[in-house]
Amino acid sequence: MGIPGGAKLRRVARFLLFSTIALALGGCTLPTFGGFRGATTQGQAEFKLWSWMTMAGLVVAAIVWGLILWAVIAYRRRDPDKMPRQFHSNAFVEVIYTAVPLIIIGVIFFYTVKTENTVDALAPHPAVTVRVTGFQWGWSFSYRDPQGKQIALVETAQARPPVLAGNPTSAEYPQFVLPLGETTQIVLESADVVHGFYIPAFNFSRYALPGVTNNFDFTPVHTGVFAGHCAQYCGLYHAEMLFSVRVVRPGAFQAWLSTQPASGAAT
Amino acid sequence: MTLLADRPAVVEEGSDHEHGAGPSGFLKWVTSTDHKVIGKNYTVTAVIFFLLAGAMAMLIRAQLANPDSTLLSQHTYNEMFTMHGSLMIYLFVGPVAFGGLANYIVPLQIGAPDMAFPRLNALSYWLYLGGGSLMMLGFLTTGSAADFGWVAYAPLSNSINTPGAGPDLWIVALILTGFSAIFTGVNLVTTIYYLRAPGMTMFRMPIFTWNMLVTGILILIAFPVFTSALVLLWCDRHLGAHIFEVSGGGVPVLWQDLFWFFGHPEVYILALPFFGIVTDVIAVFSRKPIFGYRGMVFATMSIAALSTSVWAHHMFTTGVVLLPFFSLMSYLIAVPTGIKFFNWIGTMWRGSVKFDTPMLFAIGFLVTFLLGGVSGILLASPPVDFATHDTYFVVAHFHSVVMSLVMAAFAGFFFWYPKMTGRMLREGLGKATFWLMLVGANVTFLPQYLLGLKGMPRRIAEYAASDGFTTLNRISSAGSVLLFLSVAIFLVNVVVSWWKPIPAGDNPWDASSLEWATSSPPPHHNFLKIPPIRSQRPVWDYNHPEDRIIEHAKARPGGFVASGGVGTVLLADVNVDGEDTLETRDPDR
Repeated sequence: MGIPGGAKLRRVARFLLFSTIALALGGCTLPTFGGFRGATTQGQAEFKLWSWMTMAGLVVAAIVWGLILWAVIAYRRRDPDKMPRQFHSNAFVEVIYTAVPLIIIGVIFFYTVKTENTVDALAPHPAVTVRVTGFQWGWSFSYRDPQGKQIALVETAQARPPVLAGNPTSAEYPQFVLPLGETTQIVLESADVVHGFYIPAFNFSRYALPGVTNNFDFTPVHTGVFAGHCAQYCGLYHAEMLFSVRVVRPGAFQAWLSTQPASGAAT
Repeated sequence: MTLLADRPAVVEEGSDHEHGAGPSGFLKWVTSTDHKVIGKNYTVTAVIFFLLAGAMAMLIRAQLANPDSTLLSQHTYNEMFTMHGSLMIYLFVGPVAFGGLANYIVPLQIGAPDMAFPRLNALSYWLYLGGGSLMMLGFLTTGSAADFGWVAYAPLSNSINTPGAGPDLWIVALILTGFSAIFTGVNLVTTIYYLRAPGMTMFRMPIFTWNMLVTGILILIAFPVFTSALVLLWCDRHLGAHIFEVSGGGVPVLWQDLFWFFGHPEVYILALPFFGIVTDVIAVFSRKPIFGYRGMVFATMSIAALSTSVWAHHMFTTGVVLLPFFSLMSYLIAVPTGIKFFNWIGTMWRGSVKFDTPMLFAIGFLVTFLLGGVSGILLASPPVDFATHDTYFVVAHFHSVVMSLVMAAFAGFFFWYPKMTGRMLREGLGKATFWLMLVGANVTFLPQYLLGLKGMPRRIAEYAASDGFTTLNRISSAGSVLLFLSVAIFLVNVVVSWWKPIPAGDNPWDASSLEWATSSPPPHHNFLKIPPIRSQRPVWDYNHPEDRIIEHAKARPGGFVASGGVGTVLLADVNVDGEDTLETRDPDR
């Protein structure tokens, strides 16, 4: 049994789908839907997946919202005495709306795994290694040479942060520096509770877990200063656990590194 | 429309029959083991916790309406979001469904005189009330209430980082309510398996009852894990057990695994009852049978099964879980959920849709839940989760979901209030509640998706003006005022219904399941007579003999009967053969 109105709706759905794809391809740049385009290669891979998945999600949502709206308007009770026909199933339609979502998530899952492998890939010989430690309530960024010796240290100045949150990029919060176009490996640890190392413009966050060391790579593609937050609630001054990252050209990076104090022994 | 016109007014006689002059008033309230009294107690208590948690939410929104806000101290803010989440999740959304509405409605829907274990049921309620009160008592302790978030991640929740009696009260409270939930789960499952009336086969049960069966099973899977984990946490705090402490060889992330092994099934423990309410409400107000009934049941079961293997999608950014597995499992939940959506639409399709308040709330649920579902798919992708984890995007996602469940709860309140009290709620006030809630929920939470994408982390007590979060936060706070008004109007509606009652009658909505065959409110032990049950819609079949759909069940006499031992239920006119002589009509087969 066909459902009346189905053909019309299928046409509308097809129109929506194709117009979205055409818009996306024709514009050449993917819509952001409010997200960051990503200032690292890893972040850009994430952004592509985000943008396509959001388009797909909005198309599906638009179709379903459309069907709800249609059902509500077209089948509103006009004649209280007229009883609708008491049908209660349609095997064909039910199989279709089980199978189609399965196919959609199959495709999404394929690209998810692909993107995830790009984002989580670790370079065998990163240009820079930074050991980042989260603590209540601040961060320390320890630059290491290939032997693991500390060559520079940036950290939150006060053990107890100011009462009001400033902007993450302001001077009272630590700022670490990354070279443009080169791969930096971050080695993330926690000194006490669970913290979240989160850089919105990099489209990336990872927990600093006590007892666990997390490794991941950043390959910045834009220079600039980017805000960083603690994302995982970590106690009283969670909102104050701010930092920033500055991406500079490799020459400027080396110059910056040479001026930094290597205070504190390597651990 | 009275189903059994010859039924005498024997409400008192029914209760006297077995209990003589029982206690009344306050004494009745405290000593009752009647599922209807306990169900009402649960509902009222849960709504009180909802109002308290809502007041905390208003404070949170007031704090975030301005940058560099000092309205609340950081410490007070941390308490507020912890207690807001804890009250809403542990003490409102779950208990109002499985302790309140289900307790009241499930026995009625299957033609049972009470729950299987009435005394255990009473114990559940008192444990719940005691536990909930203990949690609130945290505010009276010197160190203040729990402030480690509703997830209490170790080692933030240990005795060094969050000392004091408030967090201990929180832990003990949840152990008590955990037992309460487990007992309710046992009661629901047993009741639904063993106390169905003759003719009420499994595949004739209303979807709400089906979903409560599956919810009961999920409670039995999930809550013992959480309750045990809380005991371990308490041991860490007081006995130096070091289970979640690195220093003693423990594993902090184990808490997250145990918590979310409970926490994700818990999401469906919260959601499935409301899916059930919406399913039944849509069918009644579309004047049609549920579209794809069996598909609906199997979708519920697969959601429940999948929900036990998706917990680590809350832990994608820990770096210690197998991403593809948990991602795929989370995606797969979209399939049965999609089936439900299309079944809901199919039920309205070519129906006769009437927009009484319960139906409006059900449609509001569909519209809002869809948004939560789509953003949920995005979050099931680990790379997208890396970008949005612990931001307001996640806050917006689960509030879309939970607000849709709240709308479904209101659909249930408006739908069953006449059955529970014998009075109607006012339609005009009901519609005002609905529109304010629909608009309020979306004005509050849509901007939060954007805030998350701009990089605003959750659970921060303040932000700087230069962060660029101010405008969206102000819109969100304005939306919360609409939500406040909507709930206030609902309370007015309840007061008006007591002040100037409009009698409801037995079946004001022309509904189809068994609870509408008895009086409003039902007599002690629920039924004096029940109609023949030969389909999913026994009351509909009785009222609309020309529009029946009769399946020929292969019921054997006695095969499904287990409601013995109840003197007041007169199982008249029940034909368990399924060989009914009435004309059958099934246009689709």
